[in-house]
Amino acid sequence: MLTFIAHRLAGALLVIFGVVSIVFLLIHLIPGDPVEIMLGEAASVVDREALRVSLGLDQPLAHQFLAYLEGLLRLDLGSSFHSRRPVVGLLLERLPATLVLAGMTLVITLLMAVPLGIVAAMRRNSLWDSGAMSFSMLGVSVPNFWLGPLLILVFSLWLGWFPVSGREGFGAVVLPAITLGTGLAAVLSRMVRSSMLEVLGEDYMRTARAKGLAPSRVIIHHGLRNALLPVITLLGLQLGALLAGAVITETVFSWPGIGLLTIEAIQSRDYPVVQACVLLISVSYVLINLLTDIAYGWVDPRIRLGGGR
Amino acid sequence: MRVWIPSGILGAWALLALSVYVLPLSPNLIQLEHILMPPGEGALLGYDDLGRDIGERLLVGARTSFLVAFWVVGLSALVGTLVGTVSGYQGGWWDRAVVQVIDIFLAFPGILLAIALAGLLGPGIENVVMALAAVGWVGYARLSRAQVLSLKHREHVWAAEALGSSRLRIMTRHLLPLMAAPLIVEATFGVAAVVIAEAGLSFLGLGVQPPDASWGAMIRDGTRYMLVAPHLVLAPGIAIFVVVLSVNLLGDRLRDAMDKRLVTAMRKDQ
Repeated sequence: MLTFIAHRLAGALLVIFGVVSIVFLLIHLIPGDPVEIMLGEAASVVDREALRVSLGLDQPLAHQFLAYLEGLLRLDLGSSFHSRRPVVGLLLERLPATLVLAGMTLVITLLMAVPLGIVAAMRRNSLWDSGAMSFSMLGVSVPNFWLGPLLILVFSLWLGWFPVSGREGFGAVVLPAITLGTGLAAVLSRMVRSSMLEVLGEDYMRTARAKGLAPSRVIIHHGLRNALLPVITLLGLQLGALLAGAVITETVFSWPGIGLLTIEAIQSRDYPVVQACVLLISVSYVLINLLTDIAYGWVDPRIRLGGGR
Repeated sequence: MRVWIPSGILGAWALLALSVYVLPLSPNLIQLEHILMPPGEGALLGYDDLGRDIGERLLVGARTSFLVAFWVVGLSALVGTLVGTVSGYQGGWWDRAVVQVIDIFLAFPGILLAIALAGLLGPGIENVVMALAAVGWVGYARLSRAQVLSLKHREHVWAAEALGSSRLRIMTRHLLPLMAAPLIVEATFGVAAVVIAEAGLSFLGLGVQPPDASWGAMIRDGTRYMLVAPHLVLAPGIAIFVVVLSVNLLGDRLRDAMDKRLVTAMRKDQ
């Protein structure tokens, strides 16, 4: 088990190093001179050179990269061009909102996907099944920057149940979470259905029924527990996509999280903040995948002992 | 039947996108007396916040999404397949390096990297294509590499190698034709992903520049007037939704059809 974890950890570190390199290089992709873009054309030569030196842009690329890495190790991501505050502080300020949104989304997603998938599998080829799978098809196809406004239109403007945007009160998280969770629930419900169908045919299910257990107990204790393993893996893989989707959803609802910060930073050309947001989201994604991998190897020895992939 | 309806919708999408070059449209004409007018006579889909004809802007938006989808899927599939095939067939350190690069690109979830790239490159349709293709090639590379790895020890490839065929010939004549089916399925779903991604970038203000129209930008502009004029948001949203749904339905059918062919082929083998 330890070798397995060490193996995966080394792979993840390599990937994180690559991610850091790409994020570092992003700022050098900007067409033209970043300093000129930041200060505008009216700035004096002295100001420009001063900013260039303070950003370290006058140094050779390799030197800049090392300085960036060294800063990362000290959790120093530079400071925002606009507010002049350390970027790490900005991120920490916005992180709780995104975590609340992600957690609520996860709850709503599971509440939608698991019952839908189970019903579809139990009543295979019935109206229930085709209804659930149609929902899944629609959910995959509806973009969240359209679903969000539609939900606002119906539930905030017409019915007045939830606030239009912002983070006031408990109800405010509901619409963003539904918006963000629908696509994920669509994918998951399909997975629950196919995984459940596989389990339903197993011998131990027949045994459980034969010994006279209540149907609900058979489904939940014997069926669902076994069917959920692949579902959890998929959930881990999709959690990162959820973080990326949060960028758009948070913009729709003006939800003050990391995603909205990313867009605000892009619009105000606050490059250190853009870099830090992209880095934070991607590294969280890598770490979530790593944890899913390790958990899966822990649960299922076949994967652990298979070595590598 | 279940293939014809989505195919028809996608055909209509392509036709409407190309019709923009022929029809006498004035999608940027501002008519202040028509501001936010609902669908009715004059304009089938009503007017937007500047009094522009939403129907005509929807057509221009169709062209935007069609062009972006065409170029992004084309470029990504070409580059990705090339990299994946060569890498899988060559093996060695080159292959290990490519796998590492693929893993790194896959570590950026969803369209996050495209958002960052498009944001840094600045708005414009070319930059959208570049940003999405820079992210999109990875999927095709991974898929074609996996395909090559499973195919390259087949007997017909050994036979070709024994006969002294060149590597290029083996890759193009003996490997690519067998890999085409899954790549086509991947590219079909790719169209849906790119249409959503383009509209998403435009929604964030990182896509096409005004006054050019994009379905995503139309949704963003419309959200400000949702209570008084919901048609501003509904029309482009339905357009995206219908196109993406059709692509996904078609992709599902295609995948099922290919799966069946695969199963029958395997049965014959036994």
